[in-house]
Amino acid sequence: MYFTYLRRELSGRTKQTVIVSAGLAIAIALVIIVNALTAGVRDAQTQALESVYGVGTDLTVAGAQQEPDERDDSRFEFDQDGGATADDGSTTLAQSQLRTEMGRGTLAAATISTISAIGGVSSATGALSLTNSTFSGELPQTTDGGTSTEGEAGTPPADGDQQGGGGFGGGSFDVESFTVLGVDPAVQAVGPLSSVTASEGRALDTGDAGQNVAVLDATYATTNDLAVGGTVDVGGTTMEIVGIVSSSSSDTDTASNIYIPLDVAQSLAGVGDVVSTVYVQATSADGIATVRDEIETALPDATVSSQSDLASTVSGSLSSATSLITSLGTWLSILVLAVAVVLAVLFTMSGVSRRTREFGTLKAIGWSNGRVIGQIAGESMVQGLIGGAIGLAIGLGGILAINVIAPTISSATAATEAGTSGRPGAGGPGFASAAQTATDITLSAPLTPWVLVAAVGLAVSAGLVAGAFGGWRAARLSPAEALRSVA
Amino acid sequence: MTITRSHTGPIAEPTVPVLYRLADVSKTYTQKKRVVKPLVGVDLVIPRGEFVTIQGPTGGGKSTLLQLLGALDRPTSGRLTLGDTDLAEASNSALGTARAREIGFVFQGFNLIPTLTATENVDMGLEPLGLTAAERRSRVTDALSHVGLADRGDHRPGELSGGQQQRVAIARAIAKRPRVLLADEPTGNLDESMRDEILDLLQTLNEDGLTLVVVTHDSAVARRATRRLRLEKGTIRDITR
Ligand SMILES: Nc1ncnc2c1ncn2[C@@H]1O[C@H](COP(=O)(O)OP(=O)(O)OP(=O)(O)O)[C@@H](O)[C@H]1O
Ligand SMILES: [Mg+2]
Repeated sequence: MYFTYLRRELSGRTKQTVIVSAGLAIAIALVIIVNALTAGVRDAQTQALESVYGVGTDLTVAGAQQEPDERDDSRFEFDQDGGATADDGSTTLAQSQLRTEMGRGTLAAATISTISAIGGVSSATGALSLTNSTFSGELPQTTDGGTSTEGEAGTPPADGDQQGGGGFGGGSFDVESFTVLGVDPAVQAVGPLSSVTASEGRALDTGDAGQNVAVLDATYATTNDLAVGGTVDVGGTTMEIVGIVSSSSSDTDTASNIYIPLDVAQSLAGVGDVVSTVYVQATSADGIATVRDEIETALPDATVSSQSDLASTVSGSLSSATSLITSLGTWLSILVLAVAVVLAVLFTMSGVSRRTREFGTLKAIGWSNGRVIGQIAGESMVQGLIGGAIGLAIGLGGILAINVIAPTISSATAATEAGTSGRPGAGGPGFASAAQTATDITLSAPLTPWVLVAAVGLAVSAGLVAGAFGGWRAARLSPAEALRSVA
Repeated sequence: MTITRSHTGPIAEPTVPVLYRLADVSKTYTQKKRVVKPLVGVDLVIPRGEFVTIQGPTGGGKSTLLQLLGALDRPTSGRLTLGDTDLAEASNSALGTARAREIGFVFQGFNLIPTLTATENVDMGLEPLGLTAAERRSRVTDALSHVGLADRGDHRPGELSGGQQQRVAIARAIAKRPRVLLADEPTGNLDESMRDEILDLLQTLNEDGLTLVVVTHDSAVARRATRRLRLEKGTIRDITR
């Protein structure tokens, strides 16, 4: 009879059942989806970071920030040999220049051994981030023979044909740039090499030190029609392509377009024995903070960043998605859940008020308080369960939809400027992207079993809370009400 | 048929067993500093098998008295027994048990549960008794056929006439086989033909041995009674000629 009454009440008072269940369903669906999305963006963030810093990197150490005007290597210097003069008098110029990242000091290679010696560090490796800029262009016959990239050297035509990388004096030129990462071929476990796998040819290995060999990012290779066995010009030196690599997490790009042995990179860039970033792996997660402190003490000028600092360098729509989902999403689901519970409580209480005579009558004909409360609690529990089941269905449907649509989220990770924002003095459109790794990450919404348990638990507890309030009200009701409230 | 008192002698018990015995029963309500005394020192004995009506002016305390008889409330002072149970002193759960087993209640507004069928409504009255499912089914069927609604068991209250609804309510009250049936204006919401239908039913039940206490304004109801009481200004008077 208990269930007959319960069923009849719920189906007979459709409006209340629908509103309470729908409220809880929406809330629970939101909780499930937001939870899955939060896990999804965290995964995406981890992926984005791994693509840049490698798997297992706990800390990165970078050189101190520099004022842009401390350096003066951002100009192309062409001398008389810089180009070839054709018969028509025009001069074809092509020059490759390999530079370290602007606005960021380098670290002496000895830093790596300093860091390795610190207790709690399991391994450390250095990498040199370089940007290769290739200037190629054609100049018309010049009168003064002087060549310079400065615009005023040429006479702009009246119609001002300024296009692309810029044209002047009827000539045209292009600036192309790609990123080059000098890596220690002997160290594979930590650092940028740990997150790439060779899809063609081979990765760099110990024997490559000092050799003019390069490994290319698969996307870059495809775009530029480069293949294993071919060559690529880096800083004016021809490098043999020995392998094509792609990020081991399939959805992300690699940290750099081209990887070359560290010592080769150092000599090509003419920077001496330095690195831009040291990748540090701690022996245990608990030790990271201590290691960080010790590195900071040993290297007061360097910038030490942990994974959580690094997470803040992830920008682009991934970071907007992360903050949207983790803050707005969480608050929204808490708010909706609260509203749903309040709604359930109010409806149950007003239901009890409306049914004063019914419950009074039941008490008058001998029903105990406990039996009446049990009835009310049962009704709201079932409403909660209905809401929970529908919410679960909607939530799972939402997760499925997200995973089917698989929206891609772009993330831009400032490769070596961990912990700092903005790039002071980043010059020109060709350079802005140089140190940033743009990554397209497919957002997935992983489903964890405990979410299902939590959803059902939430639904049942919401029902119980509502039932408790309703039951409390019914318990205070005197059976004499049955006589008094005559319709 | 007269107010029975036990001063007939130490050995001589009344020939008919006593159902209710009220001695100096008073009820006082205090509401917002205003004190209302609907019942003042009521003495009353109701033997088994009677059909008692209680009449009186509005606000005279009729419903209040019925609430005390129905174990819905306790008197402020005085003694009130139903059989061997002292309703004035009993615990809430003992009052609940008395309501569940000894007392059948019929209300002016029928008070059926609108979402349940007639059969299910009658079954609700058996809920606290802890009977087997088979026993419950047979009692429900018996009660419904007793009130002439054997074929209407599947109908909801909304699909029944007022008289039929009140008969379902009576079936709910008698299915537990109570010692007494209490009714507060059971015909108050019914037209004359339905009223007579209900009165016929009540009279039949009384003739079958059920004690009835019916509060009414209607002299047509009172005419069927074996004993008529009048409650005025908190005191009771026998007006059974
Ligand atoms: N719970 C209560 N609290 C305060 N006063 C009450 C309460 N119940 C009844 N009263 C008062 O007690 C008096 C008697 O009420 P009661 O309902 O018993 O009258 P009645 O004879 O049934 O009247 P009616 O014929 O209108 O039904 C009234 O003045 C009423 O206001
Ligand atoms: Mg009354």
